[in-house]
Order: sequence, then structure tokens, then C-alpha cells
Amino acid sequence: MTIVSGTMNRAADGQGPDNSFKNRIKLTEQQLRARRARSIAIALALGAFVVVIFLVTLVRLGSNIAPRPM
Amino acid sequence: MSLIVTRAEPSVAGVGDYITLMKPRVMSLVVFTAIVGLLIAPVHVHPVIALTALICITVGAGAAGALNMWYDADIDACMARTAGRPIPRGRITPGEAAGFGMTLAAFSVVSLGLLVNFVAAALLAFTIAFYVVIYTIWLKRSTSQNIVIGGVAGALPPMIGWAAATGSLAVEPVLLFLIIFFWTPPHFWALALFRSEDYARAKVPMLPVVAGDRETRRQILLYALVLAPLGTAPWFLGYAGPLFGAVALALGAVMIALALRVRAEKHGHRAGKQLFGFSLLYLFLLFAMLLVDRLSAGLFDHLGHLAE
Repeated sequence: MTIVSGTMNRAADGQGPDNSFKNRIKLTEQQLRARRARSIAIALALGAFVVVIFLVTLVRLGSNIAPRPM
Repeated sequence: MSLIVTRAEPSVAGVGDYITLMKPRVMSLVVFTAIVGLLIAPVHVHPVIALTALICITVGAGAAGALNMWYDADIDACMARTAGRPIPRGRITPGEAAGFGMTLAAFSVVSLGLLVNFVAAALLAFTIAFYVVIYTIWLKRSTSQNIVIGGVAGALPPMIGWAAATGSLAVEPVLLFLIIFFWTPPHFWALALFRSEDYARAKVPMLPVVAGDRETRRQILLYALVLAPLGTAPWFLGYAGPLFGAVALALGAVMIALALRVRAEKHGHRAGKQLFGFSLLYLFLLFAMLLVDRLSAGLFDHLGHLAE
């Protein structure tokens, strides 16, 4: 049985876990740049989502709290 | 026994590819018509709620676009107009597009329901489902009436906007729905006339491919003849003022004139291209005028109250 995967290959040979990293994927400069850009976009989108939830909560709660006597 | 575990190549898709996947040009038209539906509603909507509704509708439209590109990747690869899209170009895998689209669809519908109201959310869910399942998966590859029935999805955004503002529906947003519904066939068939070879190669049964140019030109004229009076309906039913009525009449007359030229054209597609371009302007100006009419009426009311 041949398993082309670093950790599983070593485990199959009875040599313990693979610490050599030689079978791991090394991202190219372009792939790293693209991943970084996607990560930033996801962070910004999640940040915007949090802000929207916060503002809507203020508007919804505010309109109920404002008329209440102190 | 040999088991090969293959790894997918890490993605090189940038943010721009994902934005392209959301069909930004279609999205802009959806957002614009939704804004009009939201702003002409006869209720005051808090700006934060209005903005939230528009963000949800925008993201929902993007989700529908991404799911459309996921399913239509094979067709897109055959057509010059769409071969540069992210999936045929190999920038995004179909699975990534499907996951992206489903996530955005779920987020947009649930957010619209929880943050604005459930009528608008239900309409948005229906719109996305109609566009993806009824139009993209079913009708597009099976009938020449694909864009006629599929036009329902494109016509719903003003109703979603209105529902976001009021939590209900009325005759006025239904009129806007009908205008976009009857605008869709002449708009897309004008495009299909000069892209019919592309559609034929991709085996998409658009009307010019199935019934020929002559029949397409005849049906474009018929739809334009229905659209022109329908465009003026908000005025003669009392929902808009005479300025809107005058502009709608003029735009409708040009639409019919161009459809007649398309009908008369024997060779080439000059008139078809003109009609395609003008139809975009038609819808934009008609909806913009409705907005101007409503906002100016509100302004005059406000000034009148101040004078008293």
C-alpha cells in the first residue's frame, strides 16, 4: 500500500511521525500573496458584519429604551 | 493495493476573482432597483436599517451570481463573453465557488431576517433559489423562454426593497416588478441576437438559436409594445407625478422606435446593439425618475409644512 502523504507514509513504515517537512506543500510567492489578500478581505468583512450587528442593536434597542421614564 | 492521496493545488485566487464571481454589474442593477423600492415606500426607515437591508440584498445578489457561475462553468468556457470568468480561467474551483455562494446566500438571508424583517428575507431567499434552481439549473438549458420566466428573479429586488421598508407588499412594488419583468426579454434577446453563435456553441437554447433571428426580432417588438405603456403606469395610476409620466412616455417611445429598427434590420446587428445599450439606460432613467419624483414630492411637502 502506498500512501502519498508525509505523516501517513512514515507511520506506515513504522518510523514514527514525519518531522522532515519534505512532503509538505511550500506555497509560492503568488499563492502566499493571494492567501494574505483573501485573509484580509475575510477579516474586513467579518469586522463590517460586527459593526452592522452593533449599530442595528443600538437602533432597535435605542428606540425601545428612549421613551422609558428615568 | 495502491492508494494515492492527491492534494489540490493551493489557490491563487485573489479578492478580485471573488468579486468577479459575484457579477458586480448585475449586482449594481439589483441594488439600484432595490434602493428605489426601499426609498419610494411611504414609511420612514432608519438609515442604519435601510443600509443593512441594502447590504444584505447586495450580498444575496452576489451569492446568486456565484452559484450561477458554479453551475454554468461548462457553458461559460464555450462563450467568448464569459470565457474569462474565474472558474473557466482556473482561478477558482467550482467547489470553492459553490461554497462561497452558499455561505453568502445563508448569511444574507438570515441577516436580513434577523436585522430587518422576515418578509424581505423570505423574498430574498425566493429570489436566490429561483435564479439558481429554476433559471440556472432548469430553464436556461431547456427552453427558449429561459430568460422570460427567469426574469422573475431579476424583477424581484424592488419588491424586496419595499418589503424591507414596510414589512409587507403593495401594488406599487408589483408595478416595478412588472416593468423589469417585461424589460428583460427585449434586453437579453437584443444581446442574444449578436451573440447567437456563442449561445449555439454552448448549446444554450436562446430564442435566436431555436426560433431564428426573424422570430426574435418580432418578439422583441411585442415585448417593447407592452413595456412602453407599462413604464408609464406609475404615473397614470397616480403613484408618480407628470414629470415622471413625460419621461416614461419619451423613454417608451424611443424603446419602441429602436425595437422597430431591430424588426426592420435585415443584415448586421447595429440596431440590436443600440437597443441593448438603450434598454439599460431606459431602466436606469425610469427608476431614477421615480426616485426623483418621490423625493421631490417629499421635499415640497416638507417645505409646505415649514411655510405653515
